[in-house]
Amino acid sequence: MDYFIELLFSGLTRGSIYALIALGYTMVYGIIGLINFAHGEIYMIGAFTSFVVATVLSIYGFPLLAIIVLAGVCAAIWSSAYGYTIEKMAYKPLRHAPRLSPLISAIGMSIFLQNYVLLAQTSDFLPFPELIPDFAFMEPYAHIVGSSDLMILVTTAVVMVALTILIKFTRIGKAMRATAQDRTMAMLVGINVDRIISATFIIGSSLAAIGGLLIASHIGQINFYIGFLAGIKAFTAAVLGGIGSIPGAVIGSLILGLTESFATGYISSDYEDVFAFSLLVLILIFKPSGILGKAETKKV
Amino acid sequence: MFPLKEFKKSLLVALWFVALTFPLMVIQVDPIERIVNWRWNNMFFVAIGSFVLSVVGKAFFARKEQQLSKKRTAQNEEVQDTIFQRVLREPRYLWPISLACLAFAIAFPFLFSTYQTNVMTTALMYVVLGLGLNIVVGLAGLLDLGYVAFYAVGAYSYALLNHHFDLGFWTVLPVGGILAAFFGIILGFPVLRLRGDYLAIVTLGFGEIIRLVLENWNEFSMGPSGIANIDRPGLFGLDLSLNMSILYLYYLMIFFLIITIFVVNRLQDSRLGRAWVALREDEIACQAMGIDKTKTKLVAFSLGAFWAGIIGVVFAAKTTFVNPASFTFLESAIILSIVVLGGMGSIVGVICGAFILILLPEYLRALSEFRMLAFGGILVLMMVFRPEGLISNVRRVYQFKKNDRGEK
Repeated sequence: MDYFIELLFSGLTRGSIYALIALGYTMVYGIIGLINFAHGEIYMIGAFTSFVVATVLSIYGFPLLAIIVLAGVCAAIWSSAYGYTIEKMAYKPLRHAPRLSPLISAIGMSIFLQNYVLLAQTSDFLPFPELIPDFAFMEPYAHIVGSSDLMILVTTAVVMVALTILIKFTRIGKAMRATAQDRTMAMLVGINVDRIISATFIIGSSLAAIGGLLIASHIGQINFYIGFLAGIKAFTAAVLGGIGSIPGAVIGSLILGLTESFATGYISSDYEDVFAFSLLVLILIFKPSGILGKAETKKV
Repeated sequence: MFPLKEFKKSLLVALWFVALTFPLMVIQVDPIERIVNWRWNNMFFVAIGSFVLSVVGKAFFARKEQQLSKKRTAQNEEVQDTIFQRVLREPRYLWPISLACLAFAIAFPFLFSTYQTNVMTTALMYVVLGLGLNIVVGLAGLLDLGYVAFYAVGAYSYALLNHHFDLGFWTVLPVGGILAAFFGIILGFPVLRLRGDYLAIVTLGFGEIIRLVLENWNEFSMGPSGIANIDRPGLFGLDLSLNMSILYLYYLMIFFLIITIFVVNRLQDSRLGRAWVALREDEIACQAMGIDKTKTKLVAFSLGAFWAGIIGVVFAAKTTFVNPASFTFLESAIILSIVVLGGMGSIVGVICGAFILILLPEYLRALSEFRMLAFGGILVLMMVFRPEGLISNVRRVYQFKKNDRGEK
């Protein structure tokens, strides 16, 4: 039973990290219909920025709490700056181009950013400083749930709630939903669509950066290549839940995380990713537009 | 004169990039020795580089804008084709040009070194791969991000059959192609109901599944270490030296390429090809016209996969070694980029795209570590400045020549 609960928690942890990244995918897709392949790289840059900031601060002897907060804030700021710049440079000129061109541009951007970090920093795995301490009250459960797992779950839950409030109740959230529904109409009623798209990229990128910080301190090492697989998995999760749908992305991520965790725990760890992708194929065969996606009926 | 306002803007851009790249370019930390290395000179490079690029980019965009407005005023004229497109349509020019290309291709190994020939063979392989994917993406409009899976099926079928049963290249060539086509149908069935991006992610997942199975199923595929010592293709039982076999493979690829171009060209104008284009443009209208959607899509998938399988066999024979690392998603992305960069659906475009994308990293080797950085950057720039691809496909149209009375 302990083993089961352990797997359950590790699956939830995984799932929440995927969710933080998948939200960026799904929001961008919902608004401009683009698979933002560079999003995984944004997450990687978030992890690297927090690594640099945290290490510098710890060398200069800052207290742990200040390090955590500053690393998180810096990662979020820089990642969103990167997201904003990428959108302006690589996607905005292609707004009216044929459908596949922005996708190629995104793939190019992803290769570019990977190699940029590889050249600017290093190709080796870097040890990430342990930011999350072992809580004393977690002592009796430490063999089932680690403190960092708990931290990840709590942070993700808080972020999700904040995001829901932002999207449901604020002005910008309303504008975002309107733009996602119909861009031309949104423009007609006076929404600055360009600004909304930028805001979407910024929000998505900062979520990914928080994900980057959490997972890096959980696993304990980073590398310029971590963004790729995480990005693909998160995108899979977003599609699983129905791309464009925000609760769908969260549900899809949790399902993906749990599947991976249980499959590795009970069957074999070699085929972890195979299970993830097989699950995707299976679900899409029976529900072609994802779990919460709307089946689009086309009028003729 | 360069206006002051633009100058200020470029300065701001430079400042923005300095701030953007600050944590990663300037600071480098050594977490074990606990040393912070401030690299201020990098900041200087970033500032100057982004300033210059911004000025150049602005000038470029201004010129493009000017051209566009000029085009808009000339709207009454017929839609202007580029010189290139007009040359392509005119059989009078097309034949001599293709013959010249062919002559050059045949003479190539004698003009350049063996290394160059080898590189060229790789480029030709990608041309054929691009043309195969072009059937699926360019003509039928099905976005396939896992094309490399079929390439892997071809390569592994030759590697395994050769390793276990000593089968030769020519025997396995059709087998590899048919196996890949079979996998294409297997993948095709479940994804038929999916649209656009759902299709893309499922094909991506399929590609990854194939690669991961090859990597982990040690008894079957020998895992990540791969299969070595695969036979090179034979020529009527002759024993070829290394140089000769490179030459042989090169001519073999030229031969395959010509066949592929011929087949794809004929396919485009066939009933099937037009059904693909119709399916791409409007699925519902297409069904109303009595086109069998399932069959047409499956044929597109399996034909595309067939070419990939064939080239996979050639790949295994060329490198004499296969392992799962050759079949990553990046490979699929590169092949897709070839198709899109060249201009979807256009054969000449795909050929140009393949040469650019495969030869570019090869000749950028002088820049060694900046190679992939430049590759990614160029991909973005190409798309920003020519989103429709290098050569956009010209639809076949009937042309009515003016008759004597001056009527159309």
